[in-house]
Amino acid sequence: MFGLDKKDATLLVIVAILTLCAPFLLNPFPSESALAQFNAGYPDLMQRFVIFGIFAIGFNILFGLTGYLSFGHAAFLGVGSYSAVWMFKLLSMNVIPAIILSVVVAGLFSLLIGFISLRRSGIYFSILTLAFAQMSFNLAYSVLTPITNGETGLQLTLNDPRILGQSATADGSIPVTSLFGLEMRSTYELVMGPWAFQFNAGYYLCAVIMVLAFYMSIRIFRSPFGLMLRAIKSNQTRMSYTGLNPKPYTLAAFVISGMYAGLAGGLMASMDPLAGAERMQWTASGEVVLMTILGGAGTLIGPVLGAGFIKYFENIFSKINDTVLHSWFSFMPDGLENLVVMLVYPFIGKGWHLTLGLMFMMVVIFLPGGLVEGGQRIRRLFRRKDDTPAAKTEPAE
Amino acid sequence: MDAIILQILNGLDKGSAYALIALGLTLIFGTLGVVNFAHGALFMIGAFCAVTLSKILSLSYIILDETQTDFLGKPLKVKVPYAESWFGPEIGAAIIDWSVPLAILFSIPVMLLIGFAMERGLIKHFYKRPHADQILVTFGLAIVMQEIIKYFYGANPIPTPAPDVFTGSYDFGVLLGFDPNVIIYPYWRLVYFGFSAIIIGAVFSFLRFTTFGMVVRAGMADRETVGLLGIDIDKRFTLMFGIAAAVAGLAGVMYAPINSPNYHMGMDFLVLSFVVVVVGGMGSLPGAVLAGFLLGTLESFASMNEVKSIFPGIDQIIIYVVAILILLTRPRGLMGRKGVMED
Repeated sequence: MFGLDKKDATLLVIVAILTLCAPFLLNPFPSESALAQFNAGYPDLMQRFVIFGIFAIGFNILFGLTGYLSFGHAAFLGVGSYSAVWMFKLLSMNVIPAIILSVVVAGLFSLLIGFISLRRSGIYFSILTLAFAQMSFNLAYSVLTPITNGETGLQLTLNDPRILGQSATADGSIPVTSLFGLEMRSTYELVMGPWAFQFNAGYYLCAVIMVLAFYMSIRIFRSPFGLMLRAIKSNQTRMSYTGLNPKPYTLAAFVISGMYAGLAGGLMASMDPLAGAERMQWTASGEVVLMTILGGAGTLIGPVLGAGFIKYFENIFSKINDTVLHSWFSFMPDGLENLVVMLVYPFIGKGWHLTLGLMFMMVVIFLPGGLVEGGQRIRRLFRRKDDTPAAKTEPAE
Repeated sequence: MDAIILQILNGLDKGSAYALIALGLTLIFGTLGVVNFAHGALFMIGAFCAVTLSKILSLSYIILDETQTDFLGKPLKVKVPYAESWFGPEIGAAIIDWSVPLAILFSIPVMLLIGFAMERGLIKHFYKRPHADQILVTFGLAIVMQEIIKYFYGANPIPTPAPDVFTGSYDFGVLLGFDPNVIIYPYWRLVYFGFSAIIIGAVFSFLRFTTFGMVVRAGMADRETVGLLGIDIDKRFTLMFGIAAAVAGLAGVMYAPINSPNYHMGMDFLVLSFVVVVVGGMGSLPGAVLAGFLLGTLESFASMNEVKSIFPGIDQIIIYVVAILILLTRPRGLMGRKGVMED
């Protein structure tokens, strides 16, 4: 199916079904119940899942396949956001031209940066990309203020021309982003008994694009081009001795992953039409590195898992405060309850980044293949118990 | 002319911070071959050593002062620091006032311990793994350290003043024959520059003139041979890691009065100090110091209005531009050894 073998096709279908049914799957708890705070099925968060999923898939094409660790990918996401918002300001509120422009601009930008940075490899490459990203971040904050609107961030105003659209709606407010008239923020709410499921137009646009992006990445992984990229990772010298020039392949991978980042940035701006320089800071690039490694670099599904995992816990964990904790452990005797709350509290709520950092370190130290490898190890453990011949699951890398 | 002198002076203190951090990074890279992304966090922890000590020293208890009354007519509650009650009011106040310089003594053992723990507990297991893994695990460690500090000290910057003696500014211009108030320079920045010069000198003479330093230098050049000669090089490298951590910590302690410490100051300095290391040449100690001062001075020159009017925004990016140019034209940095990390 679609030029994929059976296993990959199954994976694609599973991912597609999961993303399309996400409003159901992420909302397992009735909205009145105490567990409702674990529900992630609201549009804003679901959009972030898939957008960062796209970002991480793109990063994985570079890092997972070629092994080049870029610490500057957030710059492409930021550039994508800015160009999308400019499209909304100048052309129309339709998301399609905005997304196309953001992909193109991010692609050109990454072509420039990649061309320079890829002259070096290893740690120098990381530092070069880091330097470029910090440079764009600093410029966006200072001299480029006419384009980026500096610290305030780029926003839509009532005075924007919007040649093909309208500057302001009939009732004098700023128009909203739409796909040929279908407003991105429009949400259909389905109430079934105690459950309320939200179906958001913007989410479904992002989800469809993510499935397409995922399909693209499978094709890249399985193509001769992907094989070349893996050759770069395993032994660049041997590759050049066989008469192949690794440079164009690496550059292509860099540009492709930059375009993925631009796509994510454009979608981010389409869901919420503003763009700020903080999206380009190097810690934001660090975040996508965290996602990819945590999920499993070099695997197909890993980055998506990592992105979902981090975004879910970032939003859900950080909502838990000590009152909630006390109510959870209220079955314990008072002294013990306070002790447990005291021990757990630093790791959740505002301290969620501490948990993330620890988890990330654990993964790098013990589980270089990320969550995907963890899953495979567990599966193998069970297989051995059943005493069935272990069907070997090949990781993509 | 006066503007140029002023910018050189401004560059010196920024440059000395860069040079100190880059020196520590290079020590670690040169000895252990590890790329330490947690080095900025060590700098930040150093700054918080100063915060902690000044908090400890100004711990106080409350007494009722019968001679004064508050607005309700009750005796006024007065906070008296323990230091003042133990050592008498004058010495006590002086101790509190001098908490930042005192923190130097306090931070050295703390940073050494943190350095040892880090090397033995974590870095040791990463010698054989690729640089990317080292970057990733130390990046994770930096996040953890930063979050721990945030948990205990909160997210806001904590002002940590320098001793009163150093609060004013020194009128450099008079000394050189300019009008008064043209070239003025805060005392504390002078102190910072002098301090970093001492530290840099100490590290270099330690490596140059002691037997221990000689062994370490030999180990940097050829680790295997030194090991074959029957010297336990690992132990010495662990100590060097501790020293590098202490250098970063000291840079942080003395930086606390210049910029109020907050939990993410380490991340802000990390990128810059890596750029400094790369410009100086990976593994070259003099290169790191030279590049630190060079980039610090360049940065302050770029922030002159005359320069900014020609190249708008140059002050924000000058360091990165220089770094990119150097990396592309001279792969081993300014003073890197031939053949070390050149690709």
